[in-house]
Amino acid sequence: MNGFLMTNAPALLIMLPLIGAFVTPFIGRISPRVRSAWVILIMTLTTLTALLLASDVFLNGTQIYVFGAADPDLAIPPDSGGIPIRIIFTVDAMSALMQVIGAITGFAVLLYSISADRIHSGLESFYTLFLLMIAGIMGMVSTGDLFNFFVFLEILSISSAGLIAYRIDGGLAVEAALKYFVLSTIGAMVILIGIGIYYGEYNALNIAVIASRMQFTLLDQIALVLIIAALAMKCGSVPMHFWTPDAYSMAPSSITAMLVVASQASLYGLFRVVFTLYNVTLNAMTVGWIIIILGVLSMVVGVTMAIPQKNVKRLMAYHAISQTGYMLLGVGVGLAVLGNQPLMESFGYIAMEGGIFHIINHAMYKGLLFLTAGAIFFRIGTYNLNKMGGLGHSMKYTMIFFIIGALAIAGIPPLNGFASKLMIYESVFAFNPVLAVIAMVVSILTLASFVKVFHSIFMGPKLPEYETVQEAPVPMLIGMGVLAAIVILFGLFPQSVVNGLIAPAAHALADQSGYIAAVLGGA
Amino acid sequence: MFWNLPFIAVVTLGLIGLATVVTKKNLIKIFLGINIFEAAVNLFLISLGYREGGIAPIFTSAPSTEMVMATPQALTLTSIVIGVATSALLLSFAVIIWKKYGTIDTDQIRRLRE
Repeated sequence: MNGFLMTNAPALLIMLPLIGAFVTPFIGRISPRVRSAWVILIMTLTTLTALLLASDVFLNGTQIYVFGAADPDLAIPPDSGGIPIRIIFTVDAMSALMQVIGAITGFAVLLYSISADRIHSGLESFYTLFLLMIAGIMGMVSTGDLFNFFVFLEILSISSAGLIAYRIDGGLAVEAALKYFVLSTIGAMVILIGIGIYYGEYNALNIAVIASRMQFTLLDQIALVLIIAALAMKCGSVPMHFWTPDAYSMAPSSITAMLVVASQASLYGLFRVVFTLYNVTLNAMTVGWIIIILGVLSMVVGVTMAIPQKNVKRLMAYHAISQTGYMLLGVGVGLAVLGNQPLMESFGYIAMEGGIFHIINHAMYKGLLFLTAGAIFFRIGTYNLNKMGGLGHSMKYTMIFFIIGALAIAGIPPLNGFASKLMIYESVFAFNPVLAVIAMVVSILTLASFVKVFHSIFMGPKLPEYETVQEAPVPMLIGMGVLAAIVILFGLFPQSVVNGLIAPAAHALADQSGYIAAVLGGA
Repeated sequence: MFWNLPFIAVVTLGLIGLATVVTKKNLIKIFLGINIFEAAVNLFLISLGYREGGIAPIFTSAPSTEMVMATPQALTLTSIVIGVATSALLLSFAVIIWKKYGTIDTDQIRRLRE
């Protein structure tokens, strides 16, 4: 039984949320309580599968799963002439890490959402789309087939767009969803052109096969530009960030926390293409610098746009753009020195580890911050900072969770944001001191901005109109508590997290031949 | 030259689609632009699948061994299905925008900025 589970875990990871999603409307006919139980059951099983698969991957190395083959490990059918023709899932340490992020955030957000979104109607569709989003994220980060990546990307953007528009809100939410969806449809089509170019050149869609045949011709360069542009747009990096504040601020808060993970799945796609598909064949210095510049722009523009915002979720959304910049910066520095082993050893790997560590940290603390914003909205019905004040008297736990999230995003020890930012500062300083200084200044501005937000939400005397405000409901607090606990744990024991989870992921990302060997054998 | 015609059509269609998305103010026209762009991508995929002299991969009555791998056709079908779902969702957004705002002119759909 255990062996069966282990072998089929990659497929189950997609199958469970997909089946769960399409059964939810029927279960919902019975009663809302049964529906909630059903959705939580599916999400728990998905989370367990993701953790099981991740532990297997971290212990035993990359796992592959071939759909429709006689044996799930049989990547190359004996009669195919050495070409893997079937759809394949390749789960290496990096994919496993992203699955864990998706599963844990999804689980915490779901607990929160069961209570927070109870007041809305049409919840069958809400949870159907929620589970589809989980399936999309899991598929994007596990797949070893480029066209499959596109399909899961579309599943993810269609369900996200539906969820962003979910509260309609006098048409405002639909406007935000429209903007997101028009952009992401065009982006996905551009990615599909890139995939078509690879197929035309190499007659393959399998990432490992394309990677092993990569020539870096002019056509490959065009495809690389198209895919980097589209995925940078999807992950909300400047200068293609304008959908992010709208979509993040108008979506229900639980969904905003999931959108953060969804953006990071696109970020994963970007790293996968650059590192696994191209690796040393591309001009690492140039492409690395492009990613570094994207990252620095996102950091600076995001934080400066965040400071004057009046809507707390819009403000947090601009900070999300700014934090995405740190991940791009860290991994970009790693890419810039790729192939140069001494530099890679001295700071390249640390920069990549910092960037990747920041992905998981960001998902946790930014998810936590959006959930606290949602809890405040749940009780007082506004996101406007000028109308808030004195909530620290009545919403003590929410305030504590907000402080944890805010200190973590500003990189204050001993929280997880500090651990990853320190790794980025150190390694980036060795690469180019100016970049490290910019990163630190952005961090200080982030802190300043959150001090202001904290003051206007929680401090001051109790306002008369919020006299009756109570603490957020317990399930919402549990959802936030799960994320806050992880923020603190990762901050207290960063070294063991880095050694256990992050370093294998960074090395798996940089190690192209290992990825190819896992699918094609040999090497 | 002749074999490049499909690719010339792809570029033309793609540019027409993108230009429509960028220049038009009417939501429905923007969606049509997206659909034209999708058509360009689908045409690109299907042109990649053409092999001169190849036949359909039906093993029972195959006269030669020159069979064409059906992958691009499968990709195109999938892409068309996704395109239908995309269009349906976009149009339903347009319906709600029309109901709430009374207009589908993008210059007037700007309440989020305020």
